[in-house]
Amino acid sequence: MPGFDITKLPETEEELDFTDIEEKYQVPFEEGFDTIIVVDNVPIVDESKKDKLFKFITKIFKQAGDIKEGGLNMPMEVDPETEKTTSKGYLFIEFETPEQANLAVKQLDNYPMDKNHVLAVNRFTDIEKYSQIQDIYVEPEEEKFVEKEHLRSWLTDSQARDQFVLYRGDDVYVYWNRKTELPEEVHKRNNWTETYVQWSPLGTYLSTFHRQGIVLWGGASWNKIIRFVHPGVKLIDFSPNERYLVTWSNEPITLGQNGGAGAPFGSEDEGNQTIIWDVHSGTLLRSFPSSSSPDGVPNKITWPMFKWSATDKYFARVFPNQQISVYETPGMGLVGKKSIKIEGVVDFEWAPSSDKDRDKQNDKKVREDLLSFWTPEIGNQPARVTLMQIPSKEILRTKNLFSVSDCKMHWQSNGDFLCVKVDRHTKTKKSTFANLEIFRVREKDIPVEVIEIKDTVIAFAWEPKGERFAIVTTNDPSFGQPAAGGATLRTSISFYYLEKAKAGKGAENASFKLIKTLEKKTANSIFWSPRGRHVILATLRSTSNYDLEFYDLDFEGGSEQKEQAKLDPGASLQLMSTQEHFGVTDIEWDPTGRYVITSASMWRHSMENGYTLWDFKGNQLQKHLLDKFKQLVWRPRPKTLLTQESMKKIKKNLREYSKVFDEEDAREKSSVSKELLAHRRRLVDEWNAWRKRVEKELIEERQAAGLPPVSIRDTENVEVIEEWIEEVVEETEEIPIKITFSILKIEISSRGPKF
Amino acid sequence: MRPILLQGHTRSLTQIKYNAEGDLLFSVSKDHVVNVWYSHNGERLGTYNGHVGAIWSVAVNSSSTLTLTGSADNAAKLWEVRTGKCLHTWEFKTAVKRVAFSEDDSMVLVVTEQRMGYPGSVVILSINQDINAIQSDEPITIIHPEGSKAMVADWGYLNNYIITGHENGTISQYDWKTGDLIKSIQPHTAELTDLQMSEDRTYFITSSKDKSAQIFESNTLSPLKKYVTDAPLNSAAITPVQEFVILGGGQDAMHVTTTGARQGKFECRFWHKILEEEVGRVKGHFGPINTISVHPSGESFSSGGEDGYVRVHHFDQDYFKFKYPDL
Repeated sequence: MPGFDITKLPETEEELDFTDIEEKYQVPFEEGFDTIIVVDNVPIVDESKKDKLFKFITKIFKQAGDIKEGGLNMPMEVDPETEKTTSKGYLFIEFETPEQANLAVKQLDNYPMDKNHVLAVNRFTDIEKYSQIQDIYVEPEEEKFVEKEHLRSWLTDSQARDQFVLYRGDDVYVYWNRKTELPEEVHKRNNWTETYVQWSPLGTYLSTFHRQGIVLWGGASWNKIIRFVHPGVKLIDFSPNERYLVTWSNEPITLGQNGGAGAPFGSEDEGNQTIIWDVHSGTLLRSFPSSSSPDGVPNKITWPMFKWSATDKYFARVFPNQQISVYETPGMGLVGKKSIKIEGVVDFEWAPSSDKDRDKQNDKKVREDLLSFWTPEIGNQPARVTLMQIPSKEILRTKNLFSVSDCKMHWQSNGDFLCVKVDRHTKTKKSTFANLEIFRVREKDIPVEVIEIKDTVIAFAWEPKGERFAIVTTNDPSFGQPAAGGATLRTSISFYYLEKAKAGKGAENASFKLIKTLEKKTANSIFWSPRGRHVILATLRSTSNYDLEFYDLDFEGGSEQKEQAKLDPGASLQLMSTQEHFGVTDIEWDPTGRYVITSASMWRHSMENGYTLWDFKGNQLQKHLLDKFKQLVWRPRPKTLLTQESMKKIKKNLREYSKVFDEEDAREKSSVSKELLAHRRRLVDEWNAWRKRVEKELIEERQAAGLPPVSIRDTENVEVIEEWIEEVVEETEEIPIKITFSILKIEISSRGPKF
Repeated sequence: MRPILLQGHTRSLTQIKYNAEGDLLFSVSKDHVVNVWYSHNGERLGTYNGHVGAIWSVAVNSSSTLTLTGSADNAAKLWEVRTGKCLHTWEFKTAVKRVAFSEDDSMVLVVTEQRMGYPGSVVILSINQDINAIQSDEPITIIHPEGSKAMVADWGYLNNYIITGHENGTISQYDWKTGDLIKSIQPHTAELTDLQMSEDRTYFITSSKDKSAQIFESNTLSPLKKYVTDAPLNSAAITPVQEFVILGGGQDAMHVTTTGARQGKFECRFWHKILEEEVGRVKGHFGPINTISVHPSGESFSSGGEDGYVRVHHFDQDYFKFKYPDL
């Protein structure tokens, strides 16, 4: 403490420094018994060994935290018979903080001190609590059954409209799409999510991301349905049928100071980054550590880390170069209790299932879940694509490949075909080209067809549920180099279809044939309508080109066109519309294939953020420029419940149905315009009423101030300056020239204006 | 009608203003010059030379005898309109950002910049209407707005109060006699760029960098209308005759070169004042629009841009006949 100097006294009392005195006489903060634990089963000792025991106990409990000075307390008792002072076999320890006490209880309960003494550690407050429990069993009151909200209520919309979620600034909105009308707001919440939003695959839940974990929302009320605690969660993935949720956080799970109290984690979860949850109950099923290569280097995270089989029954992940681990639900164990060791394995994909598969899921005959994986060339062994059944692990088909630099596996959405896009290099390894190896999975012996493409294939997409696919190829020399100055690649787009076998010949004669190649394009992305037939070719991630081309693959023109289509499959490929959306970053079809939204998100750039709604033909319906627009996602729809027959029936009677809908549309249009008109009238009336009031006030105030009512603009004395400008509109000079050869000379000499 | 292009400035425009009759158009720019034009044909009446810094603001009295300019050379100058003679110069510590005549012309307000350790202020000066009279150097009041600095200001009707617009989007009402703050609201989220009174000064329109313009009642500061656009706004004006407002702005000059031309949004936007619906746009400038002014009788409007041009647009007959559908 500095010396007291009368010459350096502070000016005012506020400047006096009392902190040292405050510290000295501070009254200890009222503490509960939360920091105290009771340790039972301690060896009974006498006074002489007390210190030794304390030392030993301190050593053990230091692991949990700092013991308060003099925080060890052991009651001693004098035996009336032997008159010896011995301990009673238990002691109290006081920690610095309740968290440390909690940790001690969690970690050191059942600690084997020696052969005969297994420590029982409890909270002091617990002992109190449990000793007061009544001996008679009281049956717990049965919880009242509360009916859950209808989670698919949005499907009951009378007009079968679709919803989408829009994330902009800090606000998240859910809207109904209303074609040309402004979207109708369903729900809006500020700060609903911290990073982004995601629908579950069938559209039942909207998931939002928070520091503490994931929350699922849904139902008509948009209330919270369930919460999954996972600190720092960054990525999530639902199983295809929404039964399970996989979450990943970049922070390994820690049990924290309180030993994970309040969080669903146990000691076995510590350090793991991936968790699988049951969506219905919200329970943690299993957590997984990040995968690492054999030498312990953690692998790069690829998402989804776990891929799900179409039935939700299995999920698997690949350890590159080592194995594929297939787990089954709900047991979370490995199928066959061990991973499938595959040397060199790079990647795998599950086969999707078709509606038919799902319909007869309980049938015994249905095929097992199928996965495909590929291995590159190792030593003398060629590269190989393998189809394997799970859980039998039976190999259905393999195909050897040569001079492979990379493979991408694309399953058709029904699981009928698998196309393996094989990037191959020439022998000099200087240039690459591609092979498409198409497995016709549903046919006997799984025939494989090879289509050779001379150029590099940069995109591939199957028509959903269809037998056609589109590829984008390029032979642009600048491909693969960093784009200089936003140069756009020259690309070609080719469409292929499966030519059905002619009658009499076997199915094996069917083959994929080219429909048409569109050359000299810039498109680099293919977006098929979820219903097939319509496709958008888009130029994304370019800085100068934002073209969108809308194509119809089953265009039905006049009879002439039909004739042509018989001979040339390319004749029914029709460009319906070419559009541009400046700055487009994302393209999303609505789940019915009726509308498509192109959007420009501020996550990529800040130019003209917002979205545009188009119909499938490429007609622009709406355009919205929204500042800070981040994300827009259509709400997915589950599979239809209609049977094949009823769908056929509807298709047949479509004209009658559409009559009703057209009428409805017309009615709505007129009612909307009426509403708008009423709204405008109201605004004008309100304004006029306000003006009247204000003008009256103004006149009164002016009168009070002794001024004329309103400063009238002097309209009478305004000097009107009229300026007359004579403008020569056109001047022509007419020169009569008689072209008579003999007197030409004279005529020229007398040249001049003659009027 | 084809707009008249006034090419009298060598740098970007800062403010343009019609006189009360609307026959003259005053334009000031960063090139230190005040230009006066005949509004009906774009002929230049003359220039007022004397400032040695960018001129930020101009104001004309209602009888069109006096004009006041505020400049970055820390001075406000009073000129005789007819001769272009500088009648008086008021010196300040910092740049003058805004000047405005009171309704009865007896006073002016001068908004000075907050800079070099000097706080921003609003100074009220008295003006003698007589051209030959000596103007008083002594201000009536000096208001130091607390918090964010004032950017724009104007007088309420009957000199009841003044209204200031601030850098943080605040709009305040001050008693100019005492310098007391009467009311304050923060309707904008970014810098106020313009504030123009309606003809009878009972309401006013503000424009802001937050891409919106709003109309408020002068007395209560209660918001009446809001126009949300997709570009930062630099100016907003109310049209007589038709119930429109004209908004102008565009991408900041410093950001323009980094984006495409279509990105700039350098258009005058016409919105229906009451219905808050956009009705049309007028293209022309190839830089952001800095200032818009409307002829007092509504027969023309002018816009001044960062590109250094003033464009005078006379409305066609169709404009006056225009009626909102079904109203």
